[in-house]
Amino acid sequence: MKIWKLLIPFCAMIVVGCASQSGTETETDGTGAAGSEGASTSGADSESGGSATALDSDREANLMDATIIYFDFDSSDLDNQSSELAKLHGAYLAENPGVKVRLEGHADERGSREYNLGLGERRAASVRSVLLVQGASASQLSIISFGEERPANTGTGESAWAENRRVEIAYSN
Amino acid sequence: MRKQGGLRVIFARFNFIKFASLCLILCMTAGIPRVSQAELQIQITKGQGEAIPIAIVPFGWLGEGEQPYDIASVVASDLSRSGRFAPIAEDGMLQKPTTGAEIDFGDWRIINTEVVIVGRMSKLPGGDYSIEFRVFDVFRGEQLLGYRITSKPSALRGTAHQISDLIYEKLTGVRGVASTRIAYVNVIKDQGKQVYKLIVADADGENARTMLESKQSIMSPSWSPDGRKLAYVSFENNKSEVYVQEIKSGARRRASARKGINSAPAWSPDGKQLALTLSKGDGNLEIYTLNVSNQVLKRLTNWPSIETEPSWSNDGKQIYFTSDRSGAPQIYQIDAQGGRPERVTFEGSYNARARVAPDSKHIAVVHNDRGNYRIAIVDVERAYTRVLTDGILDESPSFAPNGETLIYASKNSGQGVLATVSADGRFQQRIAAVNGEVREPAWSPFPRN
Repeated sequence: MKIWKLLIPFCAMIVVGCASQSGTETETDGTGAAGSEGASTSGADSESGGSATALDSDREANLMDATIIYFDFDSSDLDNQSSELAKLHGAYLAENPGVKVRLEGHADERGSREYNLGLGERRAASVRSVLLVQGASASQLSIISFGEERPANTGTGESAWAENRRVEIAYSN
Repeated sequence: MRKQGGLRVIFARFNFIKFASLCLILCMTAGIPRVSQAELQIQITKGQGEAIPIAIVPFGWLGEGEQPYDIASVVASDLSRSGRFAPIAEDGMLQKPTTGAEIDFGDWRIINTEVVIVGRMSKLPGGDYSIEFRVFDVFRGEQLLGYRITSKPSALRGTAHQISDLIYEKLTGVRGVASTRIAYVNVIKDQGKQVYKLIVADADGENARTMLESKQSIMSPSWSPDGRKLAYVSFENNKSEVYVQEIKSGARRRASARKGINSAPAWSPDGKQLALTLSKGDGNLEIYTLNVSNQVLKRLTNWPSIETEPSWSNDGKQIYFTSDRSGAPQIYQIDAQGGRPERVTFEGSYNARARVAPDSKHIAVVHNDRGNYRIAIVDVERAYTRVLTDGILDESPSFAPNGETLIYASKNSGQGVLATVSADGRFQQRIAAVNGEVREPAWSPFPRN
């Protein structure tokens, strides 16, 4: 991804910004890399672990690489994990006011097409509001909905539908 | 299974004439629409058993050479498609009369036929055709209806539909829909890429004309009340925009391309306004009305939830719409001039995309029935919901203008198909595309003379 190059100096700042909350994050989130599990174990014994911070930054970098946010059925709410991802992108945009993103909202095929177009729009708007709170400016953000018209997975069934209920964060340069 | 394939072969010559003349007309105009042959196959899937046995005897030909057109088979196909009649096969007929005087009612009683239709066709000096037909009640041995109609050679198929509608109305008391049309979207995979076509065809799937071809999605076609224009949503510029297109000429213009969503167009019954959904780029969908002649835009709803899918009441005074302000989509109605919306549906966790029945007392909706999306009819006053279909992903219901039948989109083995269901739920047909998937059906209004 092209954006990765832009991220390298920024990641260092994320590390600083996240260090204060790193203890709680690693414990509540089971999706971390194998290395970070080790870090959280040792972190439980000692209050300040420099190595734990370094591993966290690794995980944040992977998260930042993810640009798709998924949603529950008929919902535009971000769960904790999605919120964290959106916040990272928001913070990045705040630091890089020249960068723009388009937030593309999508829905699964169930129910009516027009309502799903609305659902995609609301999902995109809901990601936008997280980005704005993190300091991104409105001029950096545009939203669009494709409803159920552009599925990521054209199959039918719960796993395909889960892939299709999404907002794609599309960086424009 | 009953296909239209045989008809296509028999009428090949006629269709060529019509094709050629249409091409001539179209070449002189915008040139977007194109004619292709029947692209739909219709199959009865439920409820043929309750239909009335009827005989449409092949019409006599009083001219020279081969009969130019098989009116009787088009009429039989039309009446069968209504679900109310079961035409008997030609080889089951004990006699083939072409006038009332030739009918032996005993021969028809033996095979339990209740209605017999006979007719003849002749060529008039000047080239037009004269078609006469008579409808008889077998048990009373009485004529119920008789007409002589003059038809241009290029209009014979339309004349056959007109005859079907006269018979249908006489026998049921309800105006027939054989002369109406349907609009739908055909999605074809072409070398891995999707091609979307907006198509207008006769109600029997014949005379399909492509109004628009696009690499991006097309949805929500809506007929103007005079049947001359379609409003629809096209993503051809990579976002939702509303277009209005004249069916005959193919000429079109962009009706709304504001920031954000432009979608769900619905014509007011007087044809002067379009109700539509706009988000104005702020993520919040609201219903607006757009005056087609002076472009004045008026906002009708104002709520943080999704408001979309407007549908006018038949008197034009109310607009039904979908809103999830209660936490899930339900149908509401609002005065078309604005005001406070009232909730209409209460049964079930999902009711969306209302279409008002011609009787004004019912609306068709997409309804979540135990996890399946199905077409239901809601009695608006009594708030009573009746599920009509049995699919898992049924959507986009549209009433035939006589209210007897609905057409909707469904899935069959993962493929998008169209289907019809009678308003009482007893009779169902599946309409599959010969090529690709079909979706987003909209039934036209009655033709205006």
